[in-house]
Amino acid sequence: MKTFKIGGIHPAENKLSAASAIEVLGLPKQAVYPLSQHIGAPAVPCVAKGDVVKVGTKIADAGGFVSASIFSGVSGKVAKIDSVIDASGYRKPAIFIDVDGDEWEESIDRSENLVKECSLTPEEIVEKIKNAGVVGMGGACFPTHVKLCPPPGSKAECVIINAVECEPYLTADHRLMLEKPEEILVGVTLLMKAAKVEKGYIGIENNKPDAIKVMQEKAVAYPGIEIVPLKVKYPQGSEKQLIDAIIARQVPAPPAIPISVGAVVQNVGTAFAVYEAVIKNKPLFERIVTVTGKSVEKPSNFLTRMGTPMSQLIDAAGGLPEDTGKVIGGGPMMGKALVNTEVPICKGSSGVLIMNDKEARRGEERPCIRCAKCVSVCCMGLEPFLISTLASLNDWERAEKEDIVTCIECGSCQFTCPSNRPLLDMIRMGKSTVMGIIRARNAK
Amino acid sequence: MDLILVAVISLGAIGLIAAVILYVASKKFAVYEDPRIAQVAEVLPQANCGGCGYPGCSGFAEACVKAGSLEGKLCPAGGQAAMSKIAAILGLEAEASEPKVAVVRCNGSCENRPRIVKYDGARSCKVAHATSAGETACSFGCLGCGDCVSACKFDAIHMNPETGFPEVDEEKCTACGACVKACPRVIIEIRPKGKNNRRVYVSCVNKDKGAVAMKACKVSCIGCGKCVKECSFEAITVTNNLAYIDPNKCRLCRKCEAVCPKNAIVSVNFPPRKPKVETPAAVETPAAEAPKAE
Repeated sequence: MKTFKIGGIHPAENKLSAASAIEVLGLPKQAVYPLSQHIGAPAVPCVAKGDVVKVGTKIADAGGFVSASIFSGVSGKVAKIDSVIDASGYRKPAIFIDVDGDEWEESIDRSENLVKECSLTPEEIVEKIKNAGVVGMGGACFPTHVKLCPPPGSKAECVIINAVECEPYLTADHRLMLEKPEEILVGVTLLMKAAKVEKGYIGIENNKPDAIKVMQEKAVAYPGIEIVPLKVKYPQGSEKQLIDAIIARQVPAPPAIPISVGAVVQNVGTAFAVYEAVIKNKPLFERIVTVTGKSVEKPSNFLTRMGTPMSQLIDAAGGLPEDTGKVIGGGPMMGKALVNTEVPICKGSSGVLIMNDKEARRGEERPCIRCAKCVSVCCMGLEPFLISTLASLNDWERAEKEDIVTCIECGSCQFTCPSNRPLLDMIRMGKSTVMGIIRARNAK
Repeated sequence: MDLILVAVISLGAIGLIAAVILYVASKKFAVYEDPRIAQVAEVLPQANCGGCGYPGCSGFAEACVKAGSLEGKLCPAGGQAAMSKIAAILGLEAEASEPKVAVVRCNGSCENRPRIVKYDGARSCKVAHATSAGETACSFGCLGCGDCVSACKFDAIHMNPETGFPEVDEEKCTACGACVKACPRVIIEIRPKGKNNRRVYVSCVNKDKGAVAMKACKVSCIGCGKCVKECSFEAITVTNNLAYIDPNKCRLCRKCEAVCPKNAIVSVNFPPRKPKVETPAAVETPAAEAPKAE
């Protein structure tokens, strides 16, 4: 069975909510939309205090080419444009909407029937995706239309759909594949058309045999789409690792991007969002969020309007357990511990993980014993013990030479370290510093 | 016998030739170094703190000798004394410089600024700043991991375990600025020591709006602007909801400290204030300003 070549780990899967069907979550009292919930320039508000909005009304325009518009997921009145603490822990500007009823924009097709045909040209599809504010739903939130517009000189050869969901605990993509397989496949066809390619792969790890089976059965009717079962290994859901696993090509170091080797990688959730945006005229304002954890009463998958506070999801899953140690936005490997549970659901919020006290505690940090476990699990072929030390010594020049910027921050090194060293913490800080230095140098 | 003689003579000859070559080479390829550079380097503290902006003390010494003037050059660790010695060696005039000191502009002790979350990442301010907003509701204040303490080469800054943030030892601080560079939140500022070591400054760097800053910390600046109105010397400005006192304009009258509703303005090394009695303001002001006359 296929997988990527270098490094990788296999943490306990803990897919507790895999059997829970997607439930529609009720509306919040107030929805909050941070203006920067994607990679690139923050969006610019196009509503003012007191404006009445419907579900699907655009509330903020993209702030540049690499940016995405934001749409309201609720109907009501704009209460204020103020700052809110988002998943990063810092205050960011956001639009607050007081919810009143549930009135949708008329242009959205709310029927459930599946439409397979689409007569739009590739350019029109990209335009529709752009106008619906679709971004990568896996968590990185890179604007989808940018990936579909290859820079001059590069040509896409295939579309790879990331249905790996290699993060432990999360099951949002898994449930989506089980419940909306045809919609996903139409979405993939649209993405293939937009990228002007004939071939599409959907990579699914083989810990989801039911999803593989459903997708394989349905994919027969869609020419050019191949379902690729993959061996379970973290971080297979990373773009570069997935390309390596499926088409055995390696993306060179930055500034090279996946398109340099002819691949356009999109998340399975994105494929579904593309289907809804292009066929149903529905902009991106809701998503599936997994709420899970060992002490959670009812691990669930919710179809949630964006802007809903995480506390509402937690309550719907049985409330915050007493032994809560950490609440994490995202999965246990790449997610971030939250400062409070009022953080709103954004485009990239794939899950809310509640860790109990015992699980959440970090082990005592001890000296490095040079076992090189971190080196053998690093999927980018780096030496985490070295680059984390260089970062802690502020030796940016050498850290750059040791390719700190190619780190994908998967956290495998820190996971595997027997001395509990905060390797990823240091590398993250070093990477952002070195990237700042490189940007400043290029700007000169 | 013969063998020993041959060995001695041949080795002696090789030694002599090598000596001649070395002598010629040392004369021919000699690099002239201004002897004054070594002299200047000798009077420098040799802490290699980098506070002067040059790579170490020898770099600074070379720059002083080559520049031909001491304009804009200051060894913060050695201070005025070292600069006047350098000036004497080089026959130049040293620029008059004010003694400075590092000032920690945060007062968010455990008591003033309640902890709302627990940070369990690497014990480094840089990492804490890059990965989280800190343990309190203030995303501008001191993170308390002590990057400034490890950056100090003069043992002049220490964490106070009670308050949880760093304190500067004024005697030892040379104002080299290493802690300023180490602090990811730019909380530490190099300020003039002031007359009689007396200083008035805003001990807060929170740029949040008033209501948010108010909740986060008992002694945060909320940008209300009362101090700006009170100041007779236009020394205080409020930008981004944060007041700043320009040390060059401040006349140390301490009126601003008295009006600050949040006690964010701090004065140090002043004698204790006289208990407030019903006296006209005119009497109180000269008393507070008295040190100026000295």
